[in-house]
This record gives sequence, C-alpha cells and structure tokens, in this order.
Amino acid sequence: MTEAVAARPTLALPGLRVSRSGIVCALYILFLMLPIYWLVNMSFKTNEEILSSFTLWPRQPTLRNYAVIFTDPSWYMGYVNSIIYVVMNTAISITVALPAAYAFSRYRFLGDKHLFFWLLTNRMAPPAVFALPFFQLYSSIGLFDTHIAIALAHCLFNVPLAVWILEGFMRGVPREIDETAFIDGYSWPRFFVRIFMPLIASGIGVAAFFCFMFSWVELLLSRTLASTEAKSIAATMTRTVSASGLDWGVLAAAGVLTIIPGALVIYFVRNYIAKGFALGRV
Amino acid sequence: MTLTLESVSKVVRGETHIHPVSLTLSRGSMNVLLGPTLSGKTSLMRLMAGLDQPTGGRILWEGRDVTGLRVQDRGVAMVYQQFINYPSMSVFENIASPLRIAGLSRPEIEERVARAAAMMKLTPMLQRKPLELSGGQQQRCALARALVKNAGLVLLDEPLANLDYKLREELRAEIPAIFEEAGSIFVYATTEPHEALLLGGNTACLWEGRITQFGPTAEVYRKPGDAITARVFSDPPMNFLRVQKRGARLGLGSGQEIDAKGPLAELPDGRYVAGFRPNHLGIEPRGAHLLEFSARVAITEITGSESYIHVDHGGDRWVALVHGVRELPAGAEQPVYLDPAHVYVFGEDERLVAAAPYAVAA
Repeated sequence: MTEAVAARPTLALPGLRVSRSGIVCALYILFLMLPIYWLVNMSFKTNEEILSSFTLWPRQPTLRNYAVIFTDPSWYMGYVNSIIYVVMNTAISITVALPAAYAFSRYRFLGDKHLFFWLLTNRMAPPAVFALPFFQLYSSIGLFDTHIAIALAHCLFNVPLAVWILEGFMRGVPREIDETAFIDGYSWPRFFVRIFMPLIASGIGVAAFFCFMFSWVELLLSRTLASTEAKSIAATMTRTVSASGLDWGVLAAAGVLTIIPGALVIYFVRNYIAKGFALGRV
Repeated sequence: MTLTLESVSKVVRGETHIHPVSLTLSRGSMNVLLGPTLSGKTSLMRLMAGLDQPTGGRILWEGRDVTGLRVQDRGVAMVYQQFINYPSMSVFENIASPLRIAGLSRPEIEERVARAAAMMKLTPMLQRKPLELSGGQQQRCALARALVKNAGLVLLDEPLANLDYKLREELRAEIPAIFEEAGSIFVYATTEPHEALLLGGNTACLWEGRITQFGPTAEVYRKPGDAITARVFSDPPMNFLRVQKRGARLGLGSGQEIDAKGPLAELPDGRYVAGFRPNHLGIEPRGAHLLEFSARVAITEITGSESYIHVDHGGDRWVALVHGVRELPAGAEQPVYLDPAHVYVFGEDERLVAAAPYAVAA
C-alpha cells in the first residue's frame, strides 16, 4: 500500500510507464502477501486481541503461541511425523522414478506411450478415491498409523509425476552420451550414477520438490492413514477444535511454521521451477 | 587385426536399413564410408560398434565371432557428428574416463591423457569443462577420448560435419597423420566426396543401405563400378546423357547425332548412359575433338574463383564447372563442350562398361 502511494508522485511524463507497471506490481504483491501477512500477524497476537478487535499489527506482541508448539509434543511431533513421511516418500518416489523415466526416454517397447499416459492419469483421481482402499488394506496388514504407510500411499501420486518430470529432463540429454559411455566401458549402473545423474541434477531437484510439496500439503490420506503415531501436522491443525473453541493464535503460529519448509525448498529450486511445471518440456 | 562383416544386414520394423554387407577391413587402414544422408553410414557404424545387433550375418574381430558381444566388451571407440562429451566432467576426466574404467594406474592415465591432449592441442584446457570450449575444441576432446583408449576399431561418424570450414580443414589435415600413428582400424563416415579423397585409404560407397563399391579411394573415384557410385562419388553429382550407338554414329537423347569417339568407339551397338564430371564440361570450344551440345542456362552459382553453371540439355540437368567468374543470364542459349576422353560409359543396367581412358591409365 505504501509503495503504491509512493509511486504516484512520479507520474511525470518520462517515467509514466514505469510507475504505472509499478503500481500494478505493488497491488499484485499486496494481494498475494495479505493472507500471509495476516497469518503472521495473528501468530504474534493473543487470542483476546484476535477475537476482540481489528488490528493491523499486534498491539501486545507475544511468543506464547510459538512456545506452545515447541513445548507440546502433540504439536511438534506433527512436524516431525510429517517430515519423516515426506522425506521417505520423496526418496522412494525418486528412486523408483529414475529408472522408469530412463526406460521411457530411451527405449521403445510395447505400449510404452499408453503406459506413459496412463501414469499421468493416476494424478487425475482425487486422493479421496483411494482413502478407503488404503485404509482397509493397511489396517488388515498392520501398516495403519505408520510413516511408511503414508509415504507409500503418496507414491501413488508422486511416482507418476516424478516419472513425467524426469522423463522430460532425460529426453534433453542426447542418447549419444549414453552410447559413448557404454563404448568407453561404463556399465549401466555406473554410467547412470557417474555421468547421467549429474546431467539431470536439476530435474531430480525439481521432481523431488514436487514430491515434497504434494506430500507436505496432502491432508486427506495422511489423516485417514494415521491416528497418533504418524499424525501429520496438517491433521493436527485440523483437529484443534476443543471444548473451549479454537486456539486461534497457536493455529496461526502452526500455519507460519508449516509454510517455512515449503518456502525453503522453493528457494533452492527456484531457477528450475518453470521447467518443472512444464514437466521438463521447455 | 581385422574386422570382417559377413553378409551383415539390419531390418528395423520391416524396413531394410542395411542390405547384406560383406566387408573386410584390415589393421592400420583408413576406411571411408561415403554416401549421402540416410544411405546407411551411421547404421553400418552402429553395427560395427555393437551398439545395434544385426538382423542377419556375423561380425568377426580377428576371426572371432563378436556379433552378440556387448559394446562394453568390444575394443571400439566412436566419435559422433555432435560434440559428445560428459558435460559434468573436466576435459581431463573426459579423456581419462575410458582409462579409469579399464583400471589403469594413475601415472599411466596421466601420461596417456597428456599425450592425447598434446596431440589434439588441448593441454591448456584440461581443467575446463567441455561446454566452456569452442566447438572445435569440444570435438578434439571427443577425438582425444577415442584415441587415448587405443581401441582396435575407431569409428568416426562425420566428425567434422558440425565444425566451421576453417576448423574442418585444419582437423582434416591432422587426422590421417594421427591415425597412422595409432595403427587401429579407422572407419570414417562422410557425405563429402572431397573429404574421402583427402583422407585417402579405402572408400566404401553407400547408397540406400547397400555398399555399391569398396576399394582404394583413388580407384573407386577413377573407376566407379556403376552409375550410382559415380553419382555418390562426385560433387556436384555426375552428369548423365543417354546415348544410342549405331555403327560409328551415336544418337543422343535430344535427337542429335554425332561420331562415336573415345571409349564409345569400340563398344557394340546398343543403348548406353554416358557419365562425365562437371569439371569436364565446359562452355568454351577449346579444341576440335570436343563434343558440342546445345543447352539452356538454368542457374549460375559463383563460388569466388569458380562458377557452377547448371544447364538443361533435353530432359537432363547438367552442371559445368568453369574457372573464373562467369555470369550467364538464366534461360540463355549456351552451347556446352565435352571432352569424350573423360566420359564413363555405363550399360543400361548402370554397370560400368568403359571407363575414361585417362582413368584407366592412372
């Protein structure tokens, strides 16, 4: 808001275009940042202030909300559980998707195109469809409420995505590099690790990012497949309605802390993200 | 060291890429695969390397059947038209990579890499990444990696095609000397007849997946076995003229009739195809023995010191290579002159029946 006001005095003719686009840009950022600002704002307020008055910034700033999260195991274990199954899922998805993507990018086999498309259609089904079968299956084989259960369930969505992204990146590597390596005497695993993986490192990063993000924000499966031991932070946040009502401040603090890992990961892959959204086909 | 192909063929999805080919390449030889794009040069090389499995036939290395052997287990090296290096490794590591895989000792690797790098003038660039090098240097790096391995068979698939003219000239001059030193069997694919002649050695002419002729390069050039080889091994392509011999007279396609001279004089009566290279077709009557044809100018291309004059004679398009800059207006009537001593005569089946006398003498 302040930026938009500041831009107005420069409406003199030479700078007309710049300041106009500046206004649009500032307004856009304002709209984007408003909910995040409000969340951060709330996380430093007391519940009384949140409920009683409309304040643009905390009148009595407090760290109590964060203190609750870092001291109460039922809160901070939510983060630990989430991170455990997200990392497991990302590792499994990438490990499985790498050879699959290589096969799709390098070999022609019966039905390869159909199989490749079918992989992507897996992503078209909402997770809710799979909640019931997963719940029943995992309950009957004793996987219910474990980290690996959620990690494996998320693989259903993340492996196809990772295969698609990685295949796009691998297609960009000339086949002749593979052949040169084989002619040089490299065995396939050695070639893959020593030569091929460094070439698609950014693709692996982007695929890992997408797996991480999906698994991190996914709520339904993680809530259905875990009760206490592997309870995710998203599930914890949606179950804080107590008899005394909502603890607004703690929820806001939990929200802020949930944004941070995603923001960190985005920072690391920011240069490749556009290519990743295009599934490597830029 | 010999590489023998025994009626090796390749069929991909019902489409024949290589018709059965039998070929023996011997130690220390430079073998040029000459043919236009899609003639099967790369397919043949991939079969030789073991990157593809032949549909039929056997491949023997020093008499031993290596047809089903993995490419890793064959002593081959290959350089592609594209500059293929490992982008994540330094130039040193790129050149050293086959030696590392072979498990050589560190001092030996360093010594051999240094030697190959010196040969390819890469010594100052050893610590750089391939993508930081110029195109010529990148291809030198690929060549160094192929040479350092001391492979028995080195395959070069149009290695200079993507380089600019100056670098191509430079590397082309160096390559035969380097190869002579290595003593391996070299196979060099190219689309340019010019390049085959400069490299020497043997040449195999390829046309639509068939080897039309294989032999010493100069011999293939001077005595092409058939019209296809002559067409492939001539740039611009050879000119052709349909003729009919009746006694001592020759009937030309356009209804013209002339005396049979040169190699045509001794042939039995019948239909023939006469072939002659553009540099033997002129636009000036330099002697009484020349044959004169009426023609119409289609295009004139000037390369600087020479002019290619494309003319239409009857239904045939001919090219005349003329010294100096000659600009002729398109559509103009222009008589062209041919020295009958430089005419190859092919039968109706396109086989050579009489070579130009100067070629036989050479």
